[in-house]
Amino acid sequence: MVARPSLALLVATRKGAFILKADASRRSWKASAPIMLGNIAHHMVQDPRNPRVVLLSMRTGHLGPTMYRSGDRGRTWQEATTPPAFPKAADGQKAHVLDHSFWLTPGHASEPGVWYAGASPQGLFRSEDGGDSWHSVTGLNEHPEYSQWMGAQENGTPDGPKLHSVLVDPRDRNHLYVAMSSGGVHESRDRGATWKPLVQGLAVVEGFPADKLYVHDPHCVRLCPSNPDRLYQQNHCGIYRLDRPGEQWLRIGDNMPKKIGDAGFPMVVHPRNDKVCWVFPMDGGGVWPRTPIDGKPAAYTTKNAGKSWQRLAKGLPANQAWWTVKRQAMCGDTRDPVGLYLGTTSGEIWASRDEGSSWRCIARHLPEIYALDTAEL
Amino acid sequence: MRVTIPSPLLSYTGRRDVSADGATLAEVLRDLDRQYPGLRFRMVDEQDRIRTHMRVFLDKDELRDPATPLHPAATLHIVQALSGG
Repeated sequence: MVARPSLALLVATRKGAFILKADASRRSWKASAPIMLGNIAHHMVQDPRNPRVVLLSMRTGHLGPTMYRSGDRGRTWQEATTPPAFPKAADGQKAHVLDHSFWLTPGHASEPGVWYAGASPQGLFRSEDGGDSWHSVTGLNEHPEYSQWMGAQENGTPDGPKLHSVLVDPRDRNHLYVAMSSGGVHESRDRGATWKPLVQGLAVVEGFPADKLYVHDPHCVRLCPSNPDRLYQQNHCGIYRLDRPGEQWLRIGDNMPKKIGDAGFPMVVHPRNDKVCWVFPMDGGGVWPRTPIDGKPAAYTTKNAGKSWQRLAKGLPANQAWWTVKRQAMCGDTRDPVGLYLGTTSGEIWASRDEGSSWRCIARHLPEIYALDTAEL
Repeated sequence: MRVTIPSPLLSYTGRRDVSADGATLAEVLRDLDRQYPGLRFRMVDEQDRIRTHMRVFLDKDELRDPATPLHPAATLHIVQALSGG
């Protein structure tokens, strides 16, 4: 008899990766030993087309970036033969150097070996062989307006400017979205050969020109699996929804309580209901502490596509919690009811088995958590 | 020539002392990568620049130029500086 795979959390941290496995009820979780302790893990993602395969993006503070691939559900790891890297610049051209691969996205179901990696500084890479060798997506990385879109590298986010939220339309393998901090949201209809900005309606920091893409800072964009024409976005400047083929983002964060605001990093969408998503607001006042408002962490959910929001704080610390949840560090599973998971910069993982109604700490004392993703291992 | 490997790169070589051939630093690093695939990109970026925290010494002299000619009787020391926490 073949054992049913366990729900697992793939945890990428500043000091290595971990895998937490759940029992059938999702009440009890067991953490693995550290995977490549001391390396900086940016993202660990399972291949839904071949669940034995897991990719893990890594670097150290001193060695160059690389990619690891497991073909046995995370038990053993092999380094990619050709990890993502920008092309060698010709004389007189601007030379880009990859700092790390920040974001991993499996390709379309019809392309079993295809993966995408979003990089810091902003860049998009594709693998056609299951993550063993990677190629620069020149339509983006060598776009004539690259510099105008991305701005100067020193103007990027504190951990480096990055390309993230690589989304593949489940109906069309040629239809891609990416987001860049900074650089805005972009769409391709031809598998990355050409790109079109998609930033109408998005606010930018007061005083900056909204018509310049390099001032746009989407933090996390998600596509609804149940309705690929609907996107939700947590931006530096608000929470948004976009219904295609429309091109105008709607600021649904305006409906959040004014005291909470709509700053934050992650965005999680319901696997089966396009009216439901979750955010985790952070303090965007003053000098932007990016901690829970008043030290009282809470998720917020909407069940009507952003018309109204409900606070979800039961079980989370009542006060004096000053950690941050990064953009990749909150995710949901596909069970019913949906399980939600968030990882903190202080190394805790909080879980909800009831779509956010109540929370429980399932791991603590881990290194700073960069990314969480669910898997079936 | 003899090449010494710092601990962060031992996962590639498995030992601290290795041998590599080449008339220049660039050639020796390419030979190391041939023997230990993946090692070079961890210490040299895609623009062929030695990464910030990597240092290479020919005996006691630090090398920065990949075109530097090497004497096969000398020892090449690959050293990694540490910073951060």
